[in-house]
Amino acid sequence: MPGATSGVDGNDDPSDDGVRIDMISGARMEGLTGMEKIRLILDGVRDGNIVILEEGLSPDEESKLIEVTMTEISPDDFTGIEIETYPKPDANSQSFLDKLMGRESAQKLTVIGPANRIETLHKDENLISTLVSRK
Amino acid sequence: MGLLTNLRDSISRVTDGLFTDSEPKRIGIYGPPNAGKTTLANRIARDWTGDAVGPESHIPHETRRARRKENVEIERNGRKVTIDIVDTPGVTTKVDYKEFLDHDMEKDDAVRRSREATEGVAEAMHWLREDVDGVIYVLDSTTDPFTQVNTMLIGIIESQDLPALILANKTDLPDSDVQQIANAFPQHETIPLSALEGENMDEVYTKIAEYFG
Repeated sequence: MPGATSGVDGNDDPSDDGVRIDMISGARMEGLTGMEKIRLILDGVRDGNIVILEEGLSPDEESKLIEVTMTEISPDDFTGIEIETYPKPDANSQSFLDKLMGRESAQKLTVIGPANRIETLHKDENLISTLVSRK
Repeated sequence: MGLLTNLRDSISRVTDGLFTDSEPKRIGIYGPPNAGKTTLANRIARDWTGDAVGPESHIPHETRRARRKENVEIERNGRKVTIDIVDTPGVTTKVDYKEFLDHDMEKDDAVRRSREATEGVAEAMHWLREDVDGVIYVLDSTTDPFTQVNTMLIGIIESQDLPALILANKTDLPDSDVQQIANAFPQHETIPLSALEGENMDEVYTKIAEYFG
């Protein structure tokens, strides 16, 4: 599968004078395994991009994302990620079938970026405001 | 006849061991860096076993490996609970060795500390998915609890259906705001305490017995 974060015009580093944002739809993530999703996110973030997920990750995938991120941190190269999501929807709003099947309601826009380039200015249940710096 | 009786007793002992819930519960102490997890782990261990778990420090990521204190027996209202306390490194999504340089550390030491911290956090996340039976989630009640790490970790704990006790630590400090933590996680009971001063530990032990017994 082609990486979602490779340049559309063949230029792999178009963000020399800007900040690149990859907005990944729920449909794009749907067919991927948990590790494929994490790889897609971290490859983009390690390239310095901001990754926005339309539907977010499950708690288990979030846990693995933290774990894999930790294994990839290296001094003077990659210091980790900044991640923000809207608060999880009220569990009571899930359907009975979703609860029965253990399905999480994962509809939560998620912003992920390199820790040294993205800073959260404000966050509440309706607004995430971030400051993104250039390389 | 004696042989049969012995055999029956042996089988009974084996099946009792298999089917009774006598194994100590592994209770992970989780939370962000500098929330006072090790101070709490030491307080519990000292109160019930006389030993400490590990060194405490104001420098973030002092705990870089999960430390376990086994067979801590807590007695409350005639009820005895045996737990293994697992003190885990503070969970974060980023570790920059440069932050340690502010604490009078040489670069080599800071890099080593950051490497150990990342390995410790990865290990703690793995443990949370695989190896704990319950969670004590410790928050510093003088800081904003509405952080992404807290939100994610509480979500992960809930998705695992683990019993979780939320502790609002550092109530001895003037900026402590327990209500802010209670508001952040209304689906859980929040217990105030000062692990450093030992304030409200009676209630903490009662709740540990209630949640993990």
